[in-house]
Amino acid sequence: MGFAALFLRDLRLVWRRPGDVAVVLAFFVVATVLFPLGIGPESNLLARIAAGVLWAAALFASMLSLDRLFAADYEDGALDLLLLAPWPLELAALAKCAAHWGVTGLPLAVLAPLIGAAFGLDDRSLLVLALTLLVGTPALSLIGGLAAALTLGARRSGALLALLVLPLCVPTLIFGASAIEATATGEGFWVHLTILGALALVSLATLPWAIAAALRQAGE
Amino acid sequence: MAALHFLANPARFRRFSQRVLPALWSVTALALAIGLYWGLVIAPPDYQQGDTVRIMFLHVPTASLSMAGYLLLAALGASLLVWRHPLAALMARATAPVGATYAAVCLITGSLWGRPMWGTFWVWDARLTSFLLLFFLYLGHIALNRAYDDPERGDRAAAILAVVGAINVPIIKFSVDWWNTLHQPDSIMRIGGPSIDPSLLWPLFWMMGALALLFVALVLVRTETEIDRRRLEIAENEG
Repeated sequence: MGFAALFLRDLRLVWRRPGDVAVVLAFFVVATVLFPLGIGPESNLLARIAAGVLWAAALFASMLSLDRLFAADYEDGALDLLLLAPWPLELAALAKCAAHWGVTGLPLAVLAPLIGAAFGLDDRSLLVLALTLLVGTPALSLIGGLAAALTLGARRSGALLALLVLPLCVPTLIFGASAIEATATGEGFWVHLTILGALALVSLATLPWAIAAALRQAGE
Repeated sequence: MAALHFLANPARFRRFSQRVLPALWSVTALALAIGLYWGLVIAPPDYQQGDTVRIMFLHVPTASLSMAGYLLLAALGASLLVWRHPLAALMARATAPVGATYAAVCLITGSLWGRPMWGTFWVWDARLTSFLLLFFLYLGHIALNRAYDDPERGDRAAAILAVVGAINVPIIKFSVDWWNTLHQPDSIMRIGGPSIDPSLLWPLFWMMGALALLFVALVLVRTETEIDRRRLEIAENEG
């Protein structure tokens, strides 16, 4: 009950201000477009680096909207109500992260193949790119959710958030990009994709508790 | 456990550390002097690497100790979160910069060693990269700890980060290993005994002990400082 209500509330808030999502997606496009401009238009080289560039850009893009994930609720008092609510805070944390994924990870997974095509990835690699982003971005949303909860009310929280998130996201980045690389070399992406799924599941099983602990200490 | 509870009281801890520290400092200084003389002068040069092998006497111990330091940080974080151990927060605050410095020394000596051996200061090898990430985890902990006006919030946030980070360290290590490997495999802890000659192994163990003593001494001194600082803050807020 509460889970669905909170999830839908967060989606509705974003729906009423669609600019917030548009900015994140626009950032993703602009950031990836800078690479061909900086490196040069040689299509072999671009296809080689596409996997890493797209994944790193997706990581930065999903980080952009994190600082507002809990901050708005923290400032207007909604977080205090969540802390007092008679259902687990872990579920609330999960609902907020799921909503964050729905408005960043999911659109990024849809948008990335379009950019990938412009980088000269073949059809199979584009499919794998979308799959890895679909499977991997939930982990990014959860890790980001933890960092967002930890930095509530901190000074310089934006830069601090990046410093906390990036080292923890390295495994996701490595397996996401290597799955696409493995497809290109004909190795098969299945192993990489299953490990990526395992990382997402481990995050799902552990991080809601850590986020709830962080929110509790922020609310005290 | 009983000793842990006994020392949980900051005032009692302070008396304990003030009694222990002078002796600890002199033992540490002596052990470091002996270890450095042993490693840099007495130990024979390696048959392949020549005198550059002496970098190992700083590189390997600082590597192990900065990893152990992160585990200590996670243990302190867990005892703060579970038992609200009042000293754990202050000690974590004292430990993180020492561990980060050890990691930095390990990275710097490693790149100085890499230049003559591999022909380059830095390679994107698995071990080097995962150590760089450990260093960043330390930096994140230090920054988060000091990011709040209310120091107790910083303590608890950093404690949660340390516990999550410690769970992540093996995952990061594994994924970076998968990504690339060039660094030589472990030569001390391996099946079939160490592959290092005893004439180099013993000074290495000695330096490991000496630098561990230095780590403990630095953490104790810094914890005393943190206790004093917290007292000052409380006094200022009341006055």
